[in-house]
Amino acid sequence: MADSDRTIRIEVPILARVEGEGALDLVIHGEQIDSLSLRIYEPPRFFEKFLEGRSVTEVPEMVARICGICPVAYQMSAVQALEGLFGVEVTPWVRDMRRLFYCGEWIQSHSLHIHLLAAPDFLGYESAIAMAGEYGDEVRRGLRLQGLGNRIIALLGGRSVHPVGARIGGFHHAPPSDEAESLLVEVREGVVDAEELLRWLVMLDLPDYEQEFTSVALRSGDRYPMMEGKIVSDHGLEIPISDFESHFTESQVPHSTAFHSHLDGKPYLVGPLARINLNFDQLPPAVIALCGELGIHFPSRNMFHSLIARAVELLVTLHEAADLLSSYQLPERPWSDFTPREGVAFGATCAPRGILWHRYQVDGSGKVLSATIVPPTSQNQARIEEDLRSSLESFGLERDEEEIKLYGEKVIRNYDPCISCATHFLSLKVERR
Amino acid sequence: MGKPRISVHKFSSCDGCQLAFFNLGEDLITLAGQVEIVHFAEAGMVAPEAEVKVAFVEGSISTPDDLERIEGIRERSELLITIGACATSGGIQALRNMRGNGWRESLYASPEFIQTLDYSTPISAHVRVDLELWGCPISSEQILHVVSDLLRGVVPSASDETLCQSCKRSGAVCTLVSAGRPCMGPVTRAGCGAVCPRFGRDCYGCTGPVSILNTSSMVHCFEGLGLLPDEVEQRFRMIHSATPQFRKLEESNG
Repeated sequence: MADSDRTIRIEVPILARVEGEGALDLVIHGEQIDSLSLRIYEPPRFFEKFLEGRSVTEVPEMVARICGICPVAYQMSAVQALEGLFGVEVTPWVRDMRRLFYCGEWIQSHSLHIHLLAAPDFLGYESAIAMAGEYGDEVRRGLRLQGLGNRIIALLGGRSVHPVGARIGGFHHAPPSDEAESLLVEVREGVVDAEELLRWLVMLDLPDYEQEFTSVALRSGDRYPMMEGKIVSDHGLEIPISDFESHFTESQVPHSTAFHSHLDGKPYLVGPLARINLNFDQLPPAVIALCGELGIHFPSRNMFHSLIARAVELLVTLHEAADLLSSYQLPERPWSDFTPREGVAFGATCAPRGILWHRYQVDGSGKVLSATIVPPTSQNQARIEEDLRSSLESFGLERDEEEIKLYGEKVIRNYDPCISCATHFLSLKVERR
Repeated sequence: MGKPRISVHKFSSCDGCQLAFFNLGEDLITLAGQVEIVHFAEAGMVAPEAEVKVAFVEGSISTPDDLERIEGIRERSELLITIGACATSGGIQALRNMRGNGWRESLYASPEFIQTLDYSTPISAHVRVDLELWGCPISSEQILHVVSDLLRGVVPSASDETLCQSCKRSGAVCTLVSAGRPCMGPVTRAGCGAVCPRFGRDCYGCTGPVSILNTSSMVHCFEGLGLLPDEVEQRFRMIHSATPQFRKLEESNG
C-alpha cells in the first residue's frame, strides 16, 4: 500500500499524440488526488471577433481555419446555420453530397486517431512510426484509410485540409461522373479494410473500467446523425439545436484558454462513444450484425470503447460513401441561390469529435454581427477531468509515477481532444460582477 | 553519416500543416526511415530541446512564452523552415492586429488568466528563417520536395511564380477575365494547384502574396468589377492580412 504521507507531483508538460497543445498537472497526496488539471495553454485565436463585419459568404472559408483536422465540420455547421436563417432549401443532391463530404472527414479523422494517436498506447509504442516495424500492415492499412477519407473530401472540396468546394446553398463544383466511379472502386476496398480493422481492434487488450457519465449527441431517428436531428442525452434531454444555450453553459477556469461546458451544471460526453450510445439502433443492419458477431455492445460505460466506437463509425461511413457514390449523378447545378436576411442563425452538426454548435447574428445585407462557436473539445474538457480523477483512483494511486502518467495520458487520448479547436472558440459572453 | 535529425514544432495554428506529414501515407514510413524525427508531439515524439538539422515550425507567435520558445528552437537548429500561413505571415489570426487591444477583455470574463500578445506575428519577425513554405494549408508534396533536397545535399528553395501561371497550365477557365469575379490569382503565389479556379471560383489568396506584385493595379481591377472599397479591402484581409505586400493596400488606396 502507499505510504499515506507520500506526495507526488506529476507533470506532463507536453501531451503527445493529441491535436494542439495541452498539459496534465497532477498532485497526489497519500491515497488522494489533491489537484488535477488538464491544462490547455494553447493561445486563443479570437475567431469569433474577427468574423464580425465579414460577409456571410466568407464564413465557410474562415471557420475552416479553426481546425485543420475537421474543417468540413466547421463549414457544414456554418452553412447549415446560415441556410436555416435565409430559408434556403438545398437540393437532394446537395444533401447527399454533404453526407459524402462529411463521411470523408470522419474516415480521415477516425483513421488518424485510431492509428497515429491511439493504437500505440495499447501496443506499447511511443508512436505509430515506431509501431510500424512490428505492425507494418496495420499501420499501412490505417494510412490507406486516412488517405481514402482525404480523397473523398477532395472529390468535393478540391483538397482535404481547408477544402474550397462548400458554399451556402451547396457546392461550387460537381465532380464529373468518372471521378466518382474511380473513387467508388477504392471505397469498396476501404470497406474491406475497415472491417478487418474492427476485427483487429476487438482483440486488443483494452482496460475494463466502467463509470457513470451523460452522453450527448444529435439524433434524428431515421439515420445515423451527421447534419440532422435534435440534441439528445441518455438522461432524457431532447431539444432543438436552437435551445442549446438554455441547457448548456460555458465557464472559464484559470488553467485553460478553452471554456469548460456543463449540461444542467454537470460534465457530459460528446463524440463517437456518446453518438453510438444514443444511435446504435440507427446503424445499418449489416454493421449491427457484425457487432453482434464480434461481441461489441453499445451503449457502453467504458470510455476505452471510444476506440471501438470510432472504428464502427469508420465502417458505417465507408458503407454510406459506397452507397452515395454508386448512385452518383451529375446535377443540373450544384448549388441553390440565397438572399441574406437579418436574424439569428443556429447550426449543429456532428464533427468527428462530437457536436459542433454555431450561432451567428446577421444583418440584412449579409454581414456577420456576432458569432459564437462551441467545439466538441471544450464540451468534453470537464468530463475529461472528471474521468481522470475516477480512472486514476481506480487504477491505483500507489503505483509509480511513470505508470500513473502513462495511464492518465491514455485516458485523455480516448477523447481525441482537439485543443486547436477548443482554444479557437471563445463564446462572447461577458460576465462581470 | 547518420540520418539527418528533424523536428516539428507547433505555435498558434489549426494543426492543418502538420497534417501534411500525416497525409503522406506510405511515404510517411519511408520518410521516417530516411530522417530521424526527434520531436513531433502530435506524432508522439517529445524532445523539444533536441538539436536538429531541420526544424519545421507551424503557427504564429502570439504569447510571451512563444517568444522564448522560438529563440531556443532557432539556436538548436541548423535550418529553420516555416510551414504554412500562420508561421510565414501571421495567418488568419493576424486579423486581430488591425483591431488593436480589448478583444481578450470582451471574450473572457477573467482576462487575467490569458497570456497573449497584442499581435500575431510570423516567425521571421523574431528569428532568422531559412525557408518559408507558403500555403493554408501546405501540401505533402512541399514537404517531400524539401526533404528530398536535403537528403541530396541541395539547399531547398520554394517557387515564387503567380497562381495565374500555374492556373493557365492547368487549363482552368480564367475566373477573373471570363467570369468577372475578383480573383486574387494575379497577386497570389502558386502552390495549391489552382484549386479554386479549377472549381469555377475565384482565388482568395490562401497561399499568400508573390514577392513582387502590383497591388494597386489589382485594386483598380476589382473596383472596375464593381466592388465597393470595403469589399476590395476584405479580399486582401483574409488569410495573409499581415504580409507587407497586402498591407500596402492602404497606400494604394491613398
